[in-house]
Amino acid sequence: MAVITYREALNRALREEMRRDDSVFLMGEEVGEYDGAYKVSKGLLDEFGEWRVRDTPIAENGFAGLGIGAAMAGLRPIVEFMTWNFALLAYDAIVNSAAKMLYMSGGQYNVPIVFRGPGGAALQLSAQHSQVPDPWYANIPGLKVCAPATPADALGLLKSAIRDDDPVVFIESELLYNVKGEVPDEEHIVPIGVADVKREGSDVTLVCHSRMVKVCSDAAETLAEEHEVEAEIVDLRTIRPLDIDAVIASVKKTNRAVVVQEGSPYSGIGAQVVDDIQREAFDYLDAPVARVSSLDVPMHYARPVEKHILPSADAVVRAARHVCYLD
Amino acid sequence: MERVEQEVTTERRTREERRAADRRTVDRREVDLGGYERDQLHDMLSAMLLSRRFEEKCAQSYQMGLIGGFCHLYIGQEAVAVGGIHALRDDDYVFTAYRDHAQAIVRGIEPRAVMAELYGRVDGCSKGAGGSMHMFGRDVNFMGGHGIVGTHLPLAAGVGYAIRYRGGDQVVLCYFGDSVVNGGPFHEAFNMVAKWNLPVINVVENNSYGMGTDIERVAAVDQLVSRACAYEGMHSERIDGQDVLAMHAAVAEAAERARGAEGRPTFIEAITYRYLGHSMSDAAHGTYRTKEEVQAERKNDPIATFSDRLMEAELLAREEYDEINQAAIDAVEDAAEFAENSPHPEPSAAYDNLYADEFRGGLDRRDAWR
Repeated sequence: MAVITYREALNRALREEMRRDDSVFLMGEEVGEYDGAYKVSKGLLDEFGEWRVRDTPIAENGFAGLGIGAAMAGLRPIVEFMTWNFALLAYDAIVNSAAKMLYMSGGQYNVPIVFRGPGGAALQLSAQHSQVPDPWYANIPGLKVCAPATPADALGLLKSAIRDDDPVVFIESELLYNVKGEVPDEEHIVPIGVADVKREGSDVTLVCHSRMVKVCSDAAETLAEEHEVEAEIVDLRTIRPLDIDAVIASVKKTNRAVVVQEGSPYSGIGAQVVDDIQREAFDYLDAPVARVSSLDVPMHYARPVEKHILPSADAVVRAARHVCYLD
Repeated sequence: MERVEQEVTTERRTREERRAADRRTVDRREVDLGGYERDQLHDMLSAMLLSRRFEEKCAQSYQMGLIGGFCHLYIGQEAVAVGGIHALRDDDYVFTAYRDHAQAIVRGIEPRAVMAELYGRVDGCSKGAGGSMHMFGRDVNFMGGHGIVGTHLPLAAGVGYAIRYRGGDQVVLCYFGDSVVNGGPFHEAFNMVAKWNLPVINVVENNSYGMGTDIERVAAVDQLVSRACAYEGMHSERIDGQDVLAMHAAVAEAAERARGAEGRPTFIEAITYRYLGHSMSDAAHGTYRTKEEVQAERKNDPIATFSDRLMEAELLAREEYDEINQAAIDAVEDAAEFAENSPHPEPSAAYDNLYADEFRGGLDRRDAWR
């Protein structure tokens, strides 16, 4: 097993899949000559040439739509958004065209495309550059939505996404790009729609995805060391479809749950998870399910305010103690 | 292409003045009939008559409540679809917007399948899931039927990209309405099409009105075709869209120009007119245009003009016209009967074709109490 960064894992997935299948191509702002705004596509232009690593104009709706058309004609485009904030300009293409094409054509035109890029907050990027796009896409039938937390999952899920015959929204995180982790040397595939227990525990289930897996890991350590609480961490990895069976299995074991998401609380992914838990595991719960999320506000620029807005390991610890009736 | 500069004026011209100016400024005059086989001419007439009779039947069925939703009819614009699509090869691709019944039929989807789609039945070309605005025919490369104004232009560019990517020599013919030229996707698509030499023929069907808004009130150019000057290497042309042969010749040349590795894209403005309302929900005239205007335009009917010309040139006999027209009527009646007898989809079809493969997690898990 090699230890590589999340960024390198994504690069490996792109390179391996482009070598495997010549219908796979990458397009987006700065993906070619510049090696990617976050260097995810480093070296790909040299290996694959400009028709397979296409630098686009800054016109998200246009190049996302172009990718969808190419997918309808049988190619497998990977559309990189420099960040998901900019993809709002392509929301029409993704929602009205990619997500609906197979359905409204009566099954004639599937759209095998991946839309990928970083979402969520980084460091003091303020209101327009820190948004969590998860629920905007998870709400759309016809899409699949992945949000991996580790290098191994980033590698395996991106490969699955590229091979998938449907449009996949693949949400990375700028703050995860430098995170290192073990990745298998051999072919590594993580199926879409399968959650992963990142830490086993018996007292409370922490449900999370993407960058919140690290926040929950930190919280779990504190809970174990300082509060004698063993938390089980269920990393959703895919938020549409949601592997709710994995969540329910854990809740049936621990009887308590805290649902953690980076985005704001209103209509968030956590709301869906809590609904699923109360419908399918109500009789197993020993306490109401708690939620931890960002505040219900845009992101603030000033560092202390930004920190206050984002979910923290401390908040997860407090929520876990609350559902364990330790307050 | 050099164009005569129009005098900039803030005053609204009369409708007649504007139409006269439009006709003066088309780039292609009467196309010589000598370049066409008799059968080819009859095929075009047949396709236009089939489109016309089909849309008339749609209006009737809509009023009887057999067709639901929005229903945008193509009556008056037939020459644009027929001239353009008849200039393509079978392996070329066609996109259009939501006024798509005629394009679908002309491209080769059976009238039965288009009518069944309008009726929302299982034998519809989109299995009853799409309706009037979303006709699709994969086996004839008819790529929809798109309901959001301008959305399909980047998609058409993408098919062009795929053709170039694979080194193919097909072309993409992409139709859209006049209101599209003022929106972002128009520019974004045109820019990429021109920059990457994609084999796309974009055709704006300028029928003067984006729903009920006169294009002159909202476009900052006099001639929509002049927008092409922003895209180097893109050929552009203004066509009398009521002249099926002008349309055919323009698209045939554009296709020739677009094919292969050195191909160039084309933008065609087709001056046309719709005789009915924007959709079945509004009147042909009243709030935004007068009855007199519509009547005057109807004198320039593309089907009558074309058939008269063929008869004068002794390329069409009156009896032949009647036969072609009767065949269109028969096909449309057959289509309507077929549609009415086609089964409604089962309610469980709600889950059909949502994903291409098995979707983990249970689609219907949150759908209790049905």
